[in-house]
Order: sequence, then structure tokens, then C-alpha cells
Amino acid sequence: MTGLAEIWVYLAREPLAALTATLVAWVLALRLQHLLRGHPLANPVLLAVALLAGGLLAAGLDYRDYFQGAQFVHFLLGPATVALAVPLYRQWQVVRRSTAAALLAVAGGGILAAAAGVGIALALHAAPEVTASLAPRSVTTPVAMGIAERIGGLPSLTAAVVILSGIIGAALGPAVLNLARVRDWRARGLAIGTAAHGIGTARALSVNATAGAFSGLAMGLNAIATALLLPLLWRLAFG
Amino acid sequence: MIGALAALLVCQLAGEVAARALGLPVPGPVIGMVLLFAALMLRGREAPEDLTRTADGLLGNLGLLFVPAGVGVVIHLPVLARDWAPISLAVLAGTLAAIAATGRLAQWLLRRLA
Repeated sequence: MTGLAEIWVYLAREPLAALTATLVAWVLALRLQHLLRGHPLANPVLLAVALLAGGLLAAGLDYRDYFQGAQFVHFLLGPATVALAVPLYRQWQVVRRSTAAALLAVAGGGILAAAAGVGIALALHAAPEVTASLAPRSVTTPVAMGIAERIGGLPSLTAAVVILSGIIGAALGPAVLNLARVRDWRARGLAIGTAAHGIGTARALSVNATAGAFSGLAMGLNAIATALLLPLLWRLAFG
Repeated sequence: MIGALAALLVCQLAGEVAARALGLPVPGPVIGMVLLFAALMLRGREAPEDLTRTADGLLGNLGLLFVPAGVGVVIHLPVLARDWAPISLAVLAGTLAAIAATGRLAQWLLRRLA
């Protein structure tokens, strides 16, 4: 018989345990969301992250060891981003008529999202590297990390606030859009994709095909616009 | 499914190579998305069924793919504890304000321009 310690060493070394835990946490999160009748705060990303983060802290495990296994799931973000071209193409007849409006709305919204985060951080005297990490918060994780690095932020803190922003946007965005009386599915998708990137797009795709296509479009456009403009604006404002 | 996955990876790979070769600040997968979209446009007709099914499968579980990076929040608990007020306000108020403003702006622009 193998000792418990040896089994533990095996589990900590191989990707199997972390990969299994990630998928099981996701399935549990979906169950919970269903049990809570899709309450907006019962966002599956939030629930799964809370379950796994709590588990790591409780067991005293290192995040890097966990990521060794979970990176196989993380890797699929790349092909999934490419796959956003498919719903966009499917909805192209609708999207084509609104390209100019979409471009302007995403550019305006993207600048506003960055400015709002930086303004709040400055007003509350956050550390400079924290302020810089908050600036690219509304674009998809890999872009945001690259931008943060160029303007003096902490890339891994940026990844955390990007994902928090996405969860908040996905969970509360629809209610905010109802309050603001934005009923056009195209506009709702553009707003969620601009401010809450892929996590918001995941929610939008599950609610309405048109909103999903516009959300994916907005996420891509905002990633491109922010990557090109934010480092320049940052140098002008704080250089 | 494998053919479609290969097509997605080819686009991503081409995007990564283009980003590095041309020194673009845009990440590879976003360029890959543009490339796949351009390929579908050039081809015309409906998107191949295999590709549609694989894309829908991946995008139907898009949230799951953010979980491993999201768990990384545990590394930053000390920074989050120190600067919790600006961070939570920027994330919460900043994101919701951006959503409301972008939604209103988009709705107005869509009425005027489209």
C-alpha cells in the first residue's frame, strides 16, 4: 500500500488533480447558479474562482502548482478568442449596418472605462503601480497585462482586476443597462463587450445571439484601440 | 472537430507570428480572430458546420476558460487588503459607469448613424 504522503506528492506533481478540480468546481458553480435561479450575483466564474481560491488557501497550496495543471484550460482562451469570428460572421448582415456606430461607441466607452478607473484610484490615493494596473482593466486579460507592463503597473495584479471587472460587468451589467433604459440588443452587447471583455461576452452570448456578436466585436475592437492608445495617452497625462 | 480546432490554432499561430514580426501591441488571438473573419468573408457562403459546432462548443463554456487565471487573485491578497478601497471602487463603479455610458452612447449612435 502506498502512504498518504506519497499519494499527495503524486497529486501535487501531476496536472490531473488541478485540472479535475477546475472542471469539478465549474460544474458545481453551474449547479449553484441553477439552484439560485440564475441570480445575477451567482455568476459561475465568480463561484468557481471562490471555490478554488478558498480550497487553495484552506489546503495551503501554492497557486503556481495549481496553475501547472489548470494551464490546459487556460490555453483554450486563445482558440476561443479566435472562434469569436464565427458568431460575428453569422451576424454580419446585422453588424455591417452598424459598423460606424460600433466603432465610435467602443472608442468612447473604452476611453471612459479607463479614465473612470484611473480617476477613482487617483482620488483615493492608491499606490502608483496600483493605479497603472487599474487603467487597462476593461480589456481582455493578455492585452491588459501587456499594457500594464508598459505603463508601470503589475501585470499579475492587472489580470486579477481585469477578471474582477469582467465578473462585475457580467453579473450587474444587464441590471445597469435596464436602469439606463438601453433596450437595443446591439447597444447592450457593445456596452458589455467594451467594459467586461470575454466574461461579459460569455454572458451576452448566453442571453441573445445579436448581443453576443456585438459583445465579441466590441471586445476585439476595444482590445485593439486600448493597446494602441492607452500607452500614448498615459505618457501625455503622466509622462 | 479536429479540423476546426486545427483551423482555429492556425489562425492563432499566424496571429502570434504577425504580432511579433510586425511589433504590433495587439495580442495574437485578436489578430487570429480578424484573420479567421477575413477567411470566412473571402470564402463567402455559410461558415462550415464543423467550425460552427466547435466554435459554439468553446464559446458555450467561455467562462470556464477564465477560471485558472481568476484563481490567481490569491497571490494578490496583500495588495488587495492594502488598497482595497480604490481597487474595489474602480472595479465596481468604474465598470458599471462605463457600461451605462457606453450603452447610452451606442444606442444614440445606432439611432443616428444606422
